Amino acid sequence: MKGIREATTTEAHRAIEAIWRIESARLIAGLARVVGDIGMAEELAQDALVAALEQWPAEGVPERPGAWLMGTAKHHAIDLIRRRKTLERKQEEIGRDIEQAQEAADLDAAIDDEVGDDLLGLIFMACHPVLSKDTRVALTLRVLGGLTTEEIARAFLVPVPTIAQRIVRAKRTLGEAHVRFEVPGGAERVARLASVLEVIYLIFNEGYSATAGNDWVRPALCEEALRLGRILAELIPTEPEVHGLVALMEIQASRLGARVGSGGEPILLLDQDRARWDRLLIRRGLAALERAERLGGALGPYALQAAIAACHARATTATDTDWPRIVALYDAVVQLAPSPVVELNRAVAVGMAFGPAAGLDLVDALVTEASLASYHLLPAVRGDLLRKLGRYEEARAEFERAASLTENARERELLLRRAAECAATRIAG
Amino acid sequence: MRVLIMAKEGEQSEAATPPTPEAMAEYQKFNEELVKAGVVLEAGRLHPSPQGKRVRFDGKKRTVIDGPFAETKELVAGYWLWQVRSMDEALEWLKRAPYDGGTFEIREVVEFEGM
Repeated sequence: MKGIREATTTEAHRAIEAIWRIESARLIAGLARVVGDIGMAEELAQDALVAALEQWPAEGVPERPGAWLMGTAKHHAIDLIRRRKTLERKQEEIGRDIEQAQEAADLDAAIDDEVGDDLLGLIFMACHPVLSKDTRVALTLRVLGGLTTEEIARAFLVPVPTIAQRIVRAKRTLGEAHVRFEVPGGAERVARLASVLEVIYLIFNEGYSATAGNDWVRPALCEEALRLGRILAELIPTEPEVHGLVALMEIQASRLGARVGSGGEPILLLDQDRARWDRLLIRRGLAALERAERLGGALGPYALQAAIAACHARATTATDTDWPRIVALYDAVVQLAPSPVVELNRAVAVGMAFGPAAGLDLVDALVTEASLASYHLLPAVRGDLLRKLGRYEEARAEFERAASLTENARERELLLRRAAECAATRIAG
Repeated sequence: MRVLIMAKEGEQSEAATPPTPEAMAEYQKFNEELVKAGVVLEAGRLHPSPQGKRVRFDGKKRTVIDGPFAETKELVAGYWLWQVRSMDEALEWLKRAPYDGGTFEIREVVEFEGM
């Protein structure tokens, strides 16, 4: 009997966990719209979760769990606001019970309003530019991804208190800056949306190319970023850059299974077995890119990068790649969002389209670039071009320098292997 | 993780009459909710089994069997490919589907190492 009871409790707990993942963002969003504060909204949602954990194992999971959680949180919210108002009034010694009751009823109705923009408002709030990048990422994963502080800390390989502090700081900063719960319009929307897209892509990249540690990819973060991107694309389907970002992530994610060898070592794009690329994600990525293009106007930075990724995705073999088109697309990226890293990528494409000497000229011009001084891919690219030109000794030195600059253990191994290959070729030659 | 949902709708999926507009609308509403949650990667419906074929392998021998197929309860009428975080999440979503009959099977898709 005890055994059955325990099994049911575990089952209910697992169901609650899954329901929380599905419902928490919408729950927090609906509450944040009404109370105007992410911290308080999250607390109210958590209280509802605690109530569910107490009641559902014994009474069973309700038929509409989302509505149950919202109803419970709503009661808590009304209680909380009433208590606050009462406190304020006692201080003022004014009794206005009737008005108070009216306000509670208004609040009740306000929470029941089906506002499709709630989730969007929450996204814009969590990704507000007033917050630092790290903080935006942590808060977004917490309130929109429904991840626990522990899960976020594990994904980013940082101590749990670090993430907990970031989240506390984020909520405090939003409060102090009086950030409103809203979906911004006009010129502000452009800047705010850029911040949202940046956060999603940061999460994706943290997963796609883990900056530290022994893992080359942490796919759970990629999946989380993709999910957020797909949700955002449904919420604001008229923004081409949202589709551009989704396209970029879908196509990059299509290579996840091909970019790691059986020993966990990274495999570079042109060396990958293209049969292992995920055709479903490529198809979804190309469709998202098409949506971005159909909306008209010049392509933004994400859509352009997606278009570059699409050139690789469409090529059945590495030699079939349309490198001149990739160079042209990089030219457009340079115009729009010039950066030394983009220049470096463009140099790689030029090297493929017009020969390694042309690529090396461009890379050499970047060697003095201060912002790339400790960027491991600069010597890695330079080493690759030198190797193709038969300058093995110089190539070896560059690969070794790149290896000393990367923080990723797997990538370091790959770079040292390339250095060793250069040394061997030089001796053999 | 990815899961494949196989909709084994039973007798009705073999019927020549298409589902009612109300049933279709409810299904579309549910599917839209899934898409908005970023869950659906792919969805599709299959024609009834009289239009289907089976190929049986026996060593080097291949035998083609024409539909319709007998074991109606096991026939797949539609499918979804979902991206979810756990089997429990897939279960929670599936329980919300607007169906009043049939058996739906959830199977996790084997992914490449590293995914």
